[in-house]
Amino acid sequence: MKAKVTVMLKAGVLDPQGEAVRHALGSLGFAGVEKVRQGKVIELDLATTDRAEAEAEVTAMCEKLLANTVIESYQVEIG
Amino acid sequence: MKAAIITFPGSNCDRDLATAFEREGFEVARVWHKDTALPEGTDVVGVPGGFSYGDYLRCGAIAARSPIVAAMTAHVTRGGYMIGICNGFQILTETGLLPGALMRNAGLKFVCRTVGLRVQTSDSVFTSALDKGQVIQVPLAHHEGNYVIDDDGLSRLKAEDRIAFTYTENPNGSVADIAGILSDNRRVLGMMPHPERAADPALGPAEGRAVFGGILQAVVSA
Repeated sequence: MKAKVTVMLKAGVLDPQGEAVRHALGSLGFAGVEKVRQGKVIELDLATTDRAEAEAEVTAMCEKLLANTVIESYQVEIG
Repeated sequence: MKAAIITFPGSNCDRDLATAFEREGFEVARVWHKDTALPEGTDVVGVPGGFSYGDYLRCGAIAARSPIVAAMTAHVTRGGYMIGICNGFQILTETGLLPGALMRNAGLKFVCRTVGLRVQTSDSVFTSALDKGQVIQVPLAHHEGNYVIDDDGLSRLKAEDRIAFTYTENPNGSVADIAGILSDNRRVLGMMPHPERAADPALGPAEGRAVFGGILQAVVSA
């Protein structure tokens, strides 16, 4: 079973990298980009075929390692 | 007077840190991240700078899940001293031994220069040899030193006098110019600048020495 975790900086946490990307887009002529937030996507292949178990397991992984919940939020997609 | 310096894959300030402790008279043991215990009688643990695990995932994130971390946590729980410098500070926030997090520098550049640090409290072993308000010159070198903490956390740090050092000129966007903080029992210090790189008079000003000297005084008089 596949899982996809999206980790983003929490709203309200300044994202200097996203801001730099926004500037670069502007200098390439892409006008009107008001905000850019940069995050990361982590894909996992899991042995389990149980959806609920996979979701619980990956959520635990996010809390323990994949995200730093002080500054980041995460979203888990299964399948 | 025993110090234990932890080495992770990618640590590169471990030897400098060991030398800084030895200079003050500590007996230094080097501890590998896969070890599960600290040497008997360890008074202070040093978590060095570097790029543990190549900064993969987040700076310090993988190192903070190493086998040795349980022993580090137990050391702090029983009242032992610990200092985390640069990547060591990042590792200590990732373990939860210190609050907050360290993000990419606001200017997005790797900053490598000597900065002025203002001592915000002398109420800790690390700063007891310094005066509150005193400014010392210490080098820093990092890309992720932008200290972040929520408003409640910051109020707590201030109310409990747990901000050890602030920058005289903020190099990285850190909230409230924070360069170093203390744990709630004041026995763990995390700081981004490198006092161990300002500890040998032969190599320039040695104003960082006071940090290690302060720990020694506390251990000797205990």
